[in-house]
Amino acid sequence: MKRREFIVLPAKALGGLMLYSLVGELIPASAEDVVKVPLRFFTATEAQVVQAACERIFPSDDSGPGATEAGVVIYIDRQLASPYGRDKHRYTKGPWVESIPEHGYQGKETPQQVYRAGIGLLAADFAGLSPDQQDLRLEKIEETHFFQLLRTHTVEGMFCDPLHGGNIGMVGWKLIGYPGPRMNYRDQIDKHFGQTYSPAPMSLEQILRHPVKGVEDDVE
Amino acid sequence: MKRLKATDVVVIGSGWSGLVMAKEIATRTALQVTVLERGPARNLSQYASGMDEINMRRVGLVQNPADQTITHRHSLRDLAAPIRQYGSFTPGTGTGGTSEHWGGISDRYLPDFFVLATHLREKFGAARMLPDWAVQDWGITYDEFENYYWRAEQLMGISGKAGNLRGQLIEGGNIFEGPRQHEYPTPPLTPTYTMGFFHKAATEMGYHPYPLPAANLSQGYTNPDNVSRPGCVFCGHCANYGCMIGAKAQPTNTIMPVLTGRNNFSLRNNCWVRKIVHRNGRAEGVVYMDENGEETMQPAEVVVLSAWTPNSVRLLLLSQIGEPYDPVTAKGTLGKNLTHQVTSGGAGMLVFNQRLNLFMGSGAVGYGIADFDGDLKEEPPEKVLRGGLFLRGAAASEGPITSFGRIPRGEAPRSWGSAWKKASISHWDRIGPGAEMRGDHFAYKQNFMDLDPTYTDKWGDPLLRMTLDWTDYEMRQMAFGRRLGTQLLEVIARTSGATFIKADTGGSFRHYNASQYITTHIQGGAIMGSTSEQSVVNSWLQHWKMPNLFVVGSSSFPQNSSANPTLTIVAVSHRAADGLIDHYLKKPGPLA
Repeated sequence: MKRREFIVLPAKALGGLMLYSLVGELIPASAEDVVKVPLRFFTATEAQVVQAACERIFPSDDSGPGATEAGVVIYIDRQLASPYGRDKHRYTKGPWVESIPEHGYQGKETPQQVYRAGIGLLAADFAGLSPDQQDLRLEKIEETHFFQLLRTHTVEGMFCDPLHGGNIGMVGWKLIGYPGPRMNYRDQIDKHFGQTYSPAPMSLEQILRHPVKGVEDDVE
Repeated sequence: MKRLKATDVVVIGSGWSGLVMAKEIATRTALQVTVLERGPARNLSQYASGMDEINMRRVGLVQNPADQTITHRHSLRDLAAPIRQYGSFTPGTGTGGTSEHWGGISDRYLPDFFVLATHLREKFGAARMLPDWAVQDWGITYDEFENYYWRAEQLMGISGKAGNLRGQLIEGGNIFEGPRQHEYPTPPLTPTYTMGFFHKAATEMGYHPYPLPAANLSQGYTNPDNVSRPGCVFCGHCANYGCMIGAKAQPTNTIMPVLTGRNNFSLRNNCWVRKIVHRNGRAEGVVYMDENGEETMQPAEVVVLSAWTPNSVRLLLLSQIGEPYDPVTAKGTLGKNLTHQVTSGGAGMLVFNQRLNLFMGSGAVGYGIADFDGDLKEEPPEKVLRGGLFLRGAAASEGPITSFGRIPRGEAPRSWGSAWKKASISHWDRIGPGAEMRGDHFAYKQNFMDLDPTYTDKWGDPLLRMTLDWTDYEMRQMAFGRRLGTQLLEVIARTSGATFIKADTGGSFRHYNASQYITTHIQGGAIMGSTSEQSVVNSWLQHWKMPNLFVVGSSSFPQNSSANPTLTIVAVSHRAADGLIDHYLKKPGPLA
């Protein structure tokens, strides 16, 4: 990693001890109860803008935790730093043409480039705005490819397995009552008819009892 | 170029087609079989670690479009564009191919489907045939084919209930299926909660719901090759995933155990075939890039081409074997009869008050209704000749990322923010499975595959170009499916206590959409038939112009059926193997 930029997040919001999973090493909470998570792609300022935007897309409110508590920005940062962020899973040969919607996204920009430009649209002061002002700015870019990606990534970061850096402490899964990738429902499948079956979630690594590598940690 | 020692049979691709061929040849003869697979090896422990929605979404078990994709245009008038990220289909790679991440629904095709051109003309009259249809017979009948279905069902251990046993109709099974000689190898899967609603409504409407035949075993099973697999545990990671316990029949868990360790079989992973070398109407072997990127010639006595359908067609085009189809002159056969599957369904949403536990499930668990499959008894307002299969009342495999945010319209002003979040949380796991129709897709003169003049793959070889669009006829098929599917959902709502929220618009799209998933059931391009003027391969899947080349898979299907293709692919592969082993090897030359 060339540079060492961090996003500073309140430790309490992030579920305390679960943080070891964020970087594969324990990050001690500082005296001020904040956690400095090293960034792989974003600058600190960019991460703050994205963090604030994700929080408006999936807010923390009276229905439960949101993007901040789940560490969505950490998830997105890792995805963008990965081969995916550089479009290693997309056909990127030219000529680049503007085609019909039925052909899907035809833009030349990689997810990294889309984010850099999109963050620019939201502007560096975005994190300091009021929620209403932030919503206004987001509404203006709702139709852009950047916003579509940001929204998709926010949902991914809320409900992904914690091994990817999001859904810290499985807050997203607890929010909806998803039990995690349990390996066996043979004894459950013909029971609980009409009733919620929602045991406390377990992550893939907890179930398998060994580490699992996310695609974002692939070395090329 | 590196030149290897000759092998007897070289097989291109290790999906069902390639590995069924390899197994039959390697176990029934002393011939040396060499399988070349473009992707990596796969194993069970990877599949347990692979139960992850993000890894599946980003990489999964599919071919990387960065290496090679397909271009698409709607008509000859349009400019083709590359499909840069997958949309309407998701072809697999690695040992087992697409059949590692399939769902497992395993209906047979209807008997009349094998003679569809003749059947439609006789039944409805030449006047009802549309001028641009290119529907053809297969060159084989269902009766000749029935035993191959049985071999495929035994190989995979299909779980189901017969509805037509030697002509005797059996309630509870699919009474509209063709006659079968044997009951299914294993009984149906355990019905899930929501399936009860579907069954009740369909029965009340006078239909005949049957448990979908599933390649996901209902119980432990040992097949005729002595390969044992356990019953499904409903982990909910089925379609798009590989099975972590081997309950879902996949080439890796069903065929590889037979082949692994045999000294007349070898499988080379990460080998990308670029050309079939041939001279004077005879295949001499294949040229491929090996795992180190070195160009390699593998000579062989027999070549079996069994890649994913468009890739098989592309390899024939790249190798200049056969005459490319020209839609203007209607000359040539290679690339014609490109079809996809026509899908449609109930327009709206079933909202339940209670949670449904949809995260439990299996790829093929569910009910089907075949009352409208094949010829319709009376002509519907949409004026289509044939209907389709309606599925299915159960969830397949959906993680929370995919299922979150599914809310009835009007619940939130926009698809983000606090109101949307709250509505999505409260509706999560309460939206019932829909009612989907799968219909035949007839072949059209204007739908075909050729080589793209502009775009190339990572080696610089031209991409395949699909020219494909829906016509007014498919729009009417979809309207038919929407109308009946909606009726079904309305009755499910009434009989189960759910609320049916109608979609505000139905069928607003008009054209084939390559950006949204349909199925991976692309077919045709190297079709079978009874004459070389009309088809690329004979009904043994032997190339008409090159007797030591067999092109195996759904590239050989002249048109696309309402039923999903995998079972039929496994069945035709057995027949091609019989043709090669029992006939060709005894007397090398054309089999038809």
